[in-house]
Amino acid sequence: MGGLVKLLDTEMVRLAVGLVLALGFVVFNALILTWMERKVAGHMQLRIGPKEVGPFGLIQPLADATKLLGKEILIPKAVDKTLYYLAPILIFIPVIVAFVVIPFDSYLLVKDINVGIVVILAFSSFTVLSILLGGWGSNNKYALIGAIRSVAQNVAYEIPLLLALLSIVMMSGSLSLKTIVEAQKGLWYVFVQPVAFIIYFIASIAETNRTPFDLPEAESELVAGYHTEYSGMMFALFFLAEYTNMFIVSSIAVTFFLGGYNGPFFPGFIWFLAKVYFLVFVIMWFRWTYPRVRFDQLLNISWKALIPLAFLNLLVTGGLLKL
Amino acid sequence: MTVQYSSFIQGALSLLAGLSVTIKSFFMPVVTSQYPREVLDITPRFRGHIKLLADPENPEWAACLVCGVCQAGCPSHSIKKIEGEKIEGQKRKRLTSFILDFTTCSQCGLCVENCPSKGIGFSDDFNLAGYKREDFYFDLVQEFNKRKKSS
Repeated sequence: MGGLVKLLDTEMVRLAVGLVLALGFVVFNALILTWMERKVAGHMQLRIGPKEVGPFGLIQPLADATKLLGKEILIPKAVDKTLYYLAPILIFIPVIVAFVVIPFDSYLLVKDINVGIVVILAFSSFTVLSILLGGWGSNNKYALIGAIRSVAQNVAYEIPLLLALLSIVMMSGSLSLKTIVEAQKGLWYVFVQPVAFIIYFIASIAETNRTPFDLPEAESELVAGYHTEYSGMMFALFFLAEYTNMFIVSSIAVTFFLGGYNGPFFPGFIWFLAKVYFLVFVIMWFRWTYPRVRFDQLLNISWKALIPLAFLNLLVTGGLLKL
Repeated sequence: MTVQYSSFIQGALSLLAGLSVTIKSFFMPVVTSQYPREVLDITPRFRGHIKLLADPENPEWAACLVCGVCQAGCPSHSIKKIEGEKIEGQKRKRLTSFILDFTTCSQCGLCVENCPSKGIGFSDDFNLAGYKREDFYFDLVQEFNKRKKSS
């Protein structure tokens, strides 16, 4: 028994188990979120949403997944085969890496890396690369326009996102997510840094290509944007990545601003998931409230408003910390 | 600059106003009705095919006096046949057959207006579908008897 515990406690086993659990969670999360999105959409438009398959339509996402699995993967003649196949894989793999460092609870954490947030941000910038690959490799003008928009947008919004997180890093003096959560035992950082929170939240919605910043996949103009030419499971991978990215940006927001797993009465991971899904709900709420911004407006918001504001916030934070 | 700030604040407030609209409708009851499982009430002025009404003095009988005004007044000649029989000891006839060709009826309501005994009304049956033309030749007396039995 002691030997088994020792074997399970080794770093590699912990990492392997963590990644398998993360993979399972990614799929489960996507199923829950598609159901949730359709329910939220329905109720905000005074409709019911899915209800026929299973109680409250809970099995509807499984039915959808089965449909996607059964679909033929159509590959257009003119695509660049290597890039076309690479893109959905490249968009899906990095999102799992983020789960290694996200602290679900004080003990529910695969590996507490001391540069945790850098790992997440570094890997999440793969997303824009794979979107570009998918859009370019598809050899379709709509896909290419979507990909180009996505690159411009992600480059613009990564800066305020990083700057907003940097002010928290300055306050807590650590890049490790667990240390940042532990530092919020008394007071959540959202009350100390409300501007940073708002900047981060707006930028993260843009990073995940959600409405009102969903220009890369603008269905009314670009068919489906960068994943126009993908079908079946290849499309499903893009889909999974989008919903997982929603979860990741929300969980970073919770970790940095809303006290992570801290909370009374209930175990930490319940608090963590409740806060994350609340933020995901807010993102969905935005989607069914705001119309899409124009492209020049999109870039103006970032370069003219969010980035100066984030720099100002950083300066004030640094100044106050020095005092 | 001041103009820009005020427009910025106005914009932010309008974003919040939009959010409040959607969250209110999120908690409002849904307006969708689950049609096959849940049927809405038919409005009283709905015009289905015409139906025979019961005589208020003698609910067993249709109020129809077999005068034929409805047939004469029908602009589409949809009322094909009205037959009645004389009953011993009664002043009026009793209706035995009332054939309506619903394929040509336009629900204009002239028969309903003209009926001297107020014996015709509109039914609220909207579930009318059939495979043949003959499915829409109704014998309203049979329909009246069926309704009488079920009520």
